[in-house]
Amino acid sequence: MGIRVEHLTKRFGSFVAVQDVSLEIRSGELSALLGPSGGGKSTILRIISGLEAADEGHVIIDEQSVDHLHARARNIGFVFQHYALFRHMTVAQNIGFGLEVRKVPAEARRTRVADLVALLGLQGLEERLPSQLSGGQRQRVAVARALAPEPKVLLLDEPFSAVDAQVREELRRWLRRLHDDLHVTSIFVTHDQAEAFSVADRVFIINEGRLEQAGTPLEVLDDPATEFVARFLGEVNVYDGRVRDGFLRVGPIEVAASGVADGTPMRMILRAYDLKLWREEPGVGVVRRVLLLGDRVKVEAVLDGAGPLFAQFPRRSSLLKGIEPGCRIAVEVSTARLYPLPAGSPGTP
Amino acid sequence: MPDARPDAFRTRWLPRRVALLALVVAWMALLLLIPLGSLAVGVVQFGPLAVLRQIGEAGGWPALGRTVVVAIASVVLNGVFGVAGAIYLVRHRFWGRRLLDMLVDLPLAVSPVMTGLAFILVFGRGGLAEPLLEALGWKITFAMPSLVLATVFVTLPFVLREVSHVLVELGIDEEAAAATLGASASQTFWRITVPNIRHGLTYGSTLTLARALGEFGAVLVVGGAIKGRTDTATTFIFTAVDERHEPAAYGMALILAALSMAFLVLLERLKKRRTREA
Repeated sequence: MGIRVEHLTKRFGSFVAVQDVSLEIRSGELSALLGPSGGGKSTILRIISGLEAADEGHVIIDEQSVDHLHARARNIGFVFQHYALFRHMTVAQNIGFGLEVRKVPAEARRTRVADLVALLGLQGLEERLPSQLSGGQRQRVAVARALAPEPKVLLLDEPFSAVDAQVREELRRWLRRLHDDLHVTSIFVTHDQAEAFSVADRVFIINEGRLEQAGTPLEVLDDPATEFVARFLGEVNVYDGRVRDGFLRVGPIEVAASGVADGTPMRMILRAYDLKLWREEPGVGVVRRVLLLGDRVKVEAVLDGAGPLFAQFPRRSSLLKGIEPGCRIAVEVSTARLYPLPAGSPGTP
Repeated sequence: MPDARPDAFRTRWLPRRVALLALVVAWMALLLLIPLGSLAVGVVQFGPLAVLRQIGEAGGWPALGRTVVVAIASVVLNGVFGVAGAIYLVRHRFWGRRLLDMLVDLPLAVSPVMTGLAFILVFGRGGLAEPLLEALGWKITFAMPSLVLATVFVTLPFVLREVSHVLVELGIDEEAAAATLGASASQTFWRITVPNIRHGLTYGSTLTLARALGEFGAVLVVGGAIKGRTDTATTFIFTAVDERHEPAAYGMALILAALSMAFLVLLERLKKRRTREA
């Protein structure tokens, strides 16, 4: 059951939450809508489910438009950010609700609920109330409840945000395994790139209501289509300059800009972990600070004629030998990306 | 249950604390225990059977019956409109919502006597609605309907406010979840919304009932306390005292006090259950 979203636009008063977004989600895939909070991801999900109506655009599921269908008629499973379990019903009643309102006979209902309880590892919790469950258990009940009516599509809104970090890791693996077993076309919303990359087959990066990039995690990570995507996927250094003789030079850093006319203003983005640096006299810059970030180390330096530079290394990296505040360094750029400079942005030389 | 309070709040028998406790007890006694106690003493002095007979002779039982009918009607009407109004005020955004929201509390702020007078001006002789009522052949003021109307108005905020608080706290996620699971609007209302607001509804209804039993000013003005037609338990007490039927007045007052106490106990239990579930 593929999902196609075409030219979706949604406004709340004068605020444009979603602006002309088109997505194509292939049948049986697990996709992620990734982006900063308030960027319109959840709104897209709610429009697909029918909980919210789009101002413009269409939602097509399995080659059929569902624009005219109410949420209750779309047969889409939805897992809410805070689960929205029915607090006065037991786990079994929660899971069975979608079958009950469809008038599924009691016997068939019991069998289906028992199957889901087993599938999601909820044995022994059937008679508990939601308030008597842990965060991870609530999450699984919410997924079981959404899956019970055998939905065509499963949508999950920030499914892991309400549980603590350790449980989250476990739930990610669990969601991936569940999807591999069931192959229900699924979309989940997250603002956590690690979550999107470790779980999803395909990632859609959404910012300020627009689709920035779509692709597999590797495609997005290795080839960020826009400056926003590059900045969003980790710490970066940003330098602006004008192209001369097919190169963009900023201070000591030089990146090839083949095919770009001389004098064109460009922006260079260097990932903090796409750099090498080592101690060297006279070098091209000076180290200001060395910060320990758990298993990584961040070096803050100032480059002659370019300004601040941030670099990250694994803590035991041999590159860090002798690097200390005040020492002079040499820098080598392994990968850099150039983007057209937004018109009129400050820093245009 | 172990005492969970921090040390600083545990009771120590300092003179200041003893003095404070004595003050509170004295105050409560002055306001509550002595008046209620003297009612009971009065009833005992006259003899319970004599009191009951006197209530009957003075026409007290039909008056008490009217009070009960009015109270039940208020609970039912305010139950229905309170829930509908709360859902509408909390879940919908419309022009004038803030104003309406404010007006809901009006019955708490204005004197019931004013309320009664306002109803007379609308439904009474020469009132705004008189031509319509005459055409329909309905009589509202100085008749049973006015007692219900006035009491419903005076008790309007209780259910509506209690249910509104609960609805705001609940949010709409559970109802949205029910919709995505295929539930119709009425299935969602009866299976999800009603069970979730039931404590607020019961609490608000109990407050409504207690208030309706004790309402005096509004029913006196709109009903006129006509003996055998529009007098209620409270206006009965008022006229009984006036006509020097003290035993009947004492007896009726004690009955009303006992009813209200019973509802207070019920209320306390509901409150406890609500805090436990929260």
